[in-house]
Amino acid sequence: MGKRNLEILVGLFVLLGAVAVAFLSLKAANLASFSLDSTYRLTARFDNVGGLKIRAPVKSAGVTVGRITKIVFDDKNFQGVVTLEVDRRYQFPADTSAKILTTGLLGDQYVGLDPGADDKSLQANDSIKITQSAVVLENLIGQMLYSKAAEGGSKKKEPEK
Amino acid sequence: MSKVADLLAALGARVLRLLRSLGHASMFFWELVRFTPAALRRFDLTVVQIYGIGNLSLVIIVTSGAAVGGVLGLQAYYALDRYGAAEQVGLLVALSLLRELGPVLTALLFAGRAGTSLTAEIGLMKAGEQLAAMEMMAVDPRGRVLAPRFVAGIVSMPLLSAIFSAVGVAGAYVIGVKLIGIDAAAFWSQMQDGVDVFKDVGNGIVKTVVFGVAATFVALYTGYESEATPEGVAQATTRTVVFSSVAVLVLDFLLTSLMFSTKP
Repeated sequence: MGKRNLEILVGLFVLLGAVAVAFLSLKAANLASFSLDSTYRLTARFDNVGGLKIRAPVKSAGVTVGRITKIVFDDKNFQGVVTLEVDRRYQFPADTSAKILTTGLLGDQYVGLDPGADDKSLQANDSIKITQSAVVLENLIGQMLYSKAAEGGSKKKEPEK
Repeated sequence: MSKVADLLAALGARVLRLLRSLGHASMFFWELVRFTPAALRRFDLTVVQIYGIGNLSLVIIVTSGAAVGGVLGLQAYYALDRYGAAEQVGLLVALSLLRELGPVLTALLFAGRAGTSLTAEIGLMKAGEQLAAMEMMAVDPRGRVLAPRFVAGIVSMPLLSAIFSAVGVAGAYVIGVKLIGIDAAAFWSQMQDGVDVFKDVGNGIVKTVVFGVAATFVALYTGYESEATPEGVAQATTRTVVFSSVAVLVLDFLLTSLMFSTKP
């Protein structure tokens, strides 16, 4: 085999490897979505963020429209402040409400956006006013037990015949 | 009393032999590193070796990558579909390929495909006294023969592993999306959500470089230190596969615990 052919084949091999790395970084990982101007930032305050994680999806009508990029605790109002990056293609009315929801019974939590009816749209760095916290299972069970106990207590007061 | 002394002597001799061979291997490694610039200066020698180690390994790497990715996708689908999370197949396949299976399986295949041929070649060169002849001509065989192979192994291994992982992801795509019918957009977006360029792709590449150094070094060392007989070369070839496989698995455990321990 000529030296030139050999070099061409090795060059092809290296190129193939580079293409594989590029494919893995762009298609399998999230390098392409690093561009900053394709999203805009919104914040929402929740009394309880539950098990919400960074990078969890933001969905509206079940379609993923953005990501959660930051969750911090505000020690003035004792609330969780969630930063959402929403795709610039989608605009939401200013009175849109945000809820923390769960996919399936055991799935991950995400933020659901319910559009309102305002004529104005949410702008970058706006805050979503109406929010609904995550459902915490322990609180739910606690409430249920409490109401059961109250029910049981009232039943006992009835005269038994 | 003398029996105890005998036992102690046997133990001591063993430890000393182990230390001596470790020291010998470390010195050999240092020599290889020292000769690396020479291999880079005479890059045409290295290019020939990249062809032998890299290009000729492509068939087995691509075949295995496609098979592993496809099987992984299929099994992940069976397990995840029960929980209604079939879209996560892409994420599971990509993460396991990029973090563990790609580097490790490529390194094992590399040891079997390229490492053995390196060992056998150098062992036979030694048995045929070619290396001694080079020394006679004042050419250091470590610079002329070993270092280009060392560099070629380190260059080829990450490329092969990247190709393995990419083909594996493509295999999972074919099985998951084309045959089973998972939504293509969900397959890719779940993957992109969970895979980080630096943490997963980057650490995977770091792993493959380390494995490339380890597997190539073991192959060259066992070949260079093989007994200059047909049996000696055969034993050295076997030792290459065993040692480099164990080295790769141990290194993988260490690297994984260093790289991914802080991740939830």
